[in-house]
Amino acid sequence: MSYEFDWSAVWDPSAWMTAIGVTVAYGVATTVAGLLLGLILGLLLVSRIWIARRAVSLFIGVFRCTPALIQIVWFYYAFPMALNINMPAWLAAGCGLTLYMAAFSAEIFRGGIQSIEKGQWNACRSLCMSHWQTMYHVILPQTFRRMTPAIVNQSIIQFKNTSLLSVVAVHDIMFTASALTSETYRPLEVFTFAALLYIILIWPMASIAHQVERRFDYRSSR
Amino acid sequence: MSVNFIEVRSLRKTYGTTVAVDDVSLTLEEGRTAAIIGSSGCGKSTFLRCLNLLETPTEGSMRIGGDTVTFANDKMASGEDQALRFRKSMAMVFQSFDLFPHMTALRNVSLAPTIVNGLKREEAEGLALKLLERVDLRHKADAYPGQLSGGQAQRVAIARALAMNPRVLLFDEATSALDPELVGEVLAVIKDLAKEGRTLLVVTHELAFARDVADTLYFFDQGRVLESGKPQELMSNPQTERLRAFLKRFQGPLNS
Ligand SMILES: Nc1ncnc2c1ncn2[C@@H]1O[C@H](COP(=O)(O)OP(=O)(O)OP(=O)(O)O)[C@@H](O)[C@H]1O
Ligand SMILES: [Mg+2]
Repeated sequence: MSYEFDWSAVWDPSAWMTAIGVTVAYGVATTVAGLLLGLILGLLLVSRIWIARRAVSLFIGVFRCTPALIQIVWFYYAFPMALNINMPAWLAAGCGLTLYMAAFSAEIFRGGIQSIEKGQWNACRSLCMSHWQTMYHVILPQTFRRMTPAIVNQSIIQFKNTSLLSVVAVHDIMFTASALTSETYRPLEVFTFAALLYIILIWPMASIAHQVERRFDYRSSR
Repeated sequence: MSVNFIEVRSLRKTYGTTVAVDDVSLTLEEGRTAAIIGSSGCGKSTFLRCLNLLETPTEGSMRIGGDTVTFANDKMASGEDQALRFRKSMAMVFQSFDLFPHMTALRNVSLAPTIVNGLKREEAEGLALKLLERVDLRHKADAYPGQLSGGQAQRVAIARALAMNPRVLLFDEATSALDPELVGEVLAVIKDLAKEGRTLLVVTHELAFARDVADTLYFFDQGRVLESGKPQELMSNPQTERLRAFLKRFQGPLNS
């Protein structure tokens, strides 16, 4: 018996447009916020303040070792309850995912910063540059270049992870696909289409990042 | 009477049970060049790094011009207020160049004058161009370190050190990482600086260079200064077996 495709089930432009907007918004916002927070945490990880290092390590341990799905659900339901605060639902939903990204990118930045040759620090210190001047002008620019592949990789994972937000009723691509499926009983068409949307959104991002990476490659410019 | 410009007294640096620098005293007059020789692991780099405050000495005192810093128990005991001026009065050139790979030669040289000394960007770049000119690399101002030969990279590093207008230049085996045919161009720059009346402290394995350029030669052995004096005298008439053996091993380069 062969399956008969019925692509008309997919036809709901306005729902998909909204869904794309929501996915892109969450993808960009939680990735950017997560990277910024991750950078700060990464800097704390290599700082000389041991209490900060310990606290950040603990945070990273917790957020790297629990599923993103649990973090999302927990922040959506438990966090506002535990602190007895009124958090807008959209923010609560994004929080878990942002911290998840922050935990992973903090490790990327830490590794990147520590991979820069000791000689760079010596040279800067000998030139009387301060710790933060060295970090800002010399260490971080090299870290970003060196870590671009890892950062892009993590951002792509993050972008796809926004699909998990559908469990807390964020109307993203995944949520819309599920809703359409229960309406039309056409999971194959609907989810294939959803997958295509993710590819169309993420692929260009990845290839742009790859080009940026090549532009950065001053080492092989000899 | 000439007053010593640099005066190091009883400097000691230990790492756990390893004694890297052991009771080293050294003096140098302004405008003079001292060369430090000695076999691998005898504490030459550690000594320079202590002087540049890249490492905190365990004990001892160091004076440059009017600024004195003293150390006890791996901490600075006095001279905290003079430490920055002390450090600013010298700049170091490293064996591994350690240029900033993401910046052009020009920016490598002009960065510290801009952010440390507060020069305007145009001023700093003007200064950088002048210094690149004098190491014969003005045409490489826009090149990245990855596009330079080892000898060129080291000359940029020298320009970078000069840009801070230091009163003393420290060289830690500045030519050891270079292909033999590139050593000459870097030594020539150092030689010029010595002739110009800069105060230089040069750690080197180039004995012929040390003999021709240095006013004073220090022979380090196991963290100590075993012999010091005029290079010719030391080399032609070593007083210790250690120095004799050391010179013998390096006889090749001396005769060349
Ligand atoms: N950070 C450090 N921790 C522990 N030991 C060190 C450290 N730096 C140097 N040492 C030790 O101190 C001693 C002197 O080292 P140093 O690098 O000053 O020698 P060097 O004379 O410069 O040798 P080379 O000619 O190989 O450069 C060595 O025994 C070395 O192992
Ligand atoms: Mg050394």
